[in-house]
Amino acid sequence: MIKEVKIVSKNFDIPNSHNIEVALKNGRYSSIDKLWSYNNQDIIDIVKDSGLRGKGGGGASAGDKWALMPLDGDKPNYLVINCDESEPGTFKDREIISKDPHLLIEGIIYSAYAINSHQAYIYIRGEYKEFQDILQSAIDEAYSKNFLGENIFNRGYNLDITIHRGAGAYICGEKSALLESLEGKRGHPRLKPHQKEPEWYFDNPTLVNNVETIASVPFIINNGAEAYKSYGTELSSGTLLFALSGHIKNRGVYEAEFGTSMMDYINHYGGGIRDNKKLKAVIPGGASTTILTAKEVENITLDYESLRAIGSSLGTGGMIIIDEDTNMVEALKNLVEFYHHESCGQCTPCREGSSWVDTIMKSILDGVANNRDIDKILEIANTMNGKTVCVFAPALADVIRGFILKFRDEFEGYIKVD
Amino acid sequence: MTFSSKNLQKIEQLKKKYPKVEALTLPLLWIVQYQEGYISLDAIKEVAKYCNKSAMEVYSVASFYTMFNLQPVGKYHIQVCKTLSCKLCGQEDIFSSLKNILDINTNQTTDDNLFTLSQVECLGSCGTSPVMEINDKYYENLTPQKVEDIINDLSKKS
Ligand SMILES: Cc1cc2nc3c(=O)[nH]c(=O)nc-3n(C[C@H](O)[C@H](O)[C@H](O)COP(=O)(O)O)c2cc1C
Ligand code: FES
Repeated sequence: MIKEVKIVSKNFDIPNSHNIEVALKNGRYSSIDKLWSYNNQDIIDIVKDSGLRGKGGGGASAGDKWALMPLDGDKPNYLVINCDESEPGTFKDREIISKDPHLLIEGIIYSAYAINSHQAYIYIRGEYKEFQDILQSAIDEAYSKNFLGENIFNRGYNLDITIHRGAGAYICGEKSALLESLEGKRGHPRLKPHQKEPEWYFDNPTLVNNVETIASVPFIINNGAEAYKSYGTELSSGTLLFALSGHIKNRGVYEAEFGTSMMDYINHYGGGIRDNKKLKAVIPGGASTTILTAKEVENITLDYESLRAIGSSLGTGGMIIIDEDTNMVEALKNLVEFYHHESCGQCTPCREGSSWVDTIMKSILDGVANNRDIDKILEIANTMNGKTVCVFAPALADVIRGFILKFRDEFEGYIKVD
Repeated sequence: MTFSSKNLQKIEQLKKKYPKVEALTLPLLWIVQYQEGYISLDAIKEVAKYCNKSAMEVYSVASFYTMFNLQPVGKYHIQVCKTLSCKLCGQEDIFSSLKNILDINTNQTTDDNLFTLSQVECLGSCGTSPVMEINDKYYENLTPQKVEDIINDLSKKS
């Protein structure tokens, strides 16, 4: 059964926990003294040892990424927090910034110190203005207590946090597109380098991490790498703010350790399928992860390796629950419209492919497509894979293949012409 | 278009937060949109002066982001989420009741310039869907009845 665990969500239910006095009473900023007893490299090593993995969807080792930052270069290092949160089915970072913003600020202090950065940016999606205001008030409180600014905690370290507001573009969640946007440009992803290196903000070394990744750091500094590793599985250590939306009784964000059985999670936190219907499918970690049938979900556990092994991925952990009455052709059309609208337009296979698939999907729903059109969609999906600057198009290709290969009879049900 | 003196002060503050003025492009476009209600070509030229860009470069940026209104919108800009989690939880009913109450279609503005209706992609509020955002405020767990009450309230206020 479920083992309840709250690392990042510990203070979510405490009234007014966004307020600094309440936050201080509930453990925020309590590991600061410990921080100063370490040097940069110590912290990077602790984070590496903890097995912390990026929680923005990719699951890259946080410590390995931090270690790419030059600690004694002559250029300034930047820390950028990704709060773009636009992956459909994902609404966890918003919980952190509105219910426990000081946890994020505390995490930023530790992380910035580790990579020797004095300026952090939080890139937040434009729609989140209400939550941005809560976060900004918390940052202002931290400044007034000298937790931020010059000579923080009287320790001779300077650190500024600036919130940068996006303006409605899903692709700006992709880290290099985010940095382009932060430089004042269109959000076009950059080509990936040949070897491992940091990201670059105006040609300065930069680390980009998701909100929840950084919010997990205070627990690790406070309790040590082993404490974090005691949760989760060997390769997916710790916890994630998994979430439930769609046809489920109790929708919401519930933290759980990696390795939890998906069905246990759905039943325990979600209370089962809405209206006591049968489960048909689950999109496991945000719209861009390959859909799973009810059968596939039966024995799956929530960790990176298990989902990878069945050809999907854990993504952001935001599960979209789909019941037996759902029309899968309409559901795919809905998602294709999303990708068609959000393609940044830079690469031809993505820009044109998403548009063609959208058009063909419409003709299927209109009853004017033939069987070859279904195969054509699969062919177009193939042209999108591995031929673009970022993984937006390959993700869309997987979404399309997942729906069509697993629910092809529903698509064929619409075919009325030869 | 010129920036208000309060906004000019804000811009001076913002300059200190970034290594290069080019980074001011999005923040300045936001300031314009709040000051003017939308972003005119004239405003784009003004923004360009502050961020070391040509007007065309600023326009290219402004037109990339869906939240920047390059045309005037109503006093209340309603953005209804149309993506999957909202669809599974009844967003179609919400959208059609908005269309009925306001008697407009998507991307249109009511004759009294009070409401503009847009359909947008996932608002990051899937757990409390269906949802819409009006200006900067979220309205969650919507029902057709709730939508009617919200629109009536806003109409009365104006
Ligand atoms: C199309 C696309 C959209 C993305 N959107 C987000 C997002 O909204 N938030 C996020 O944290 N990461 C997002 N990512 C992942 C980021 O590129 C990056 O891997 C992440 O921010 C790194 O932080 P992490 O290692 O802490 O997860 C996205 C990636 C892609 C390809
Ligand atoms: S799908 Fe509507 S808020 Fe996410």
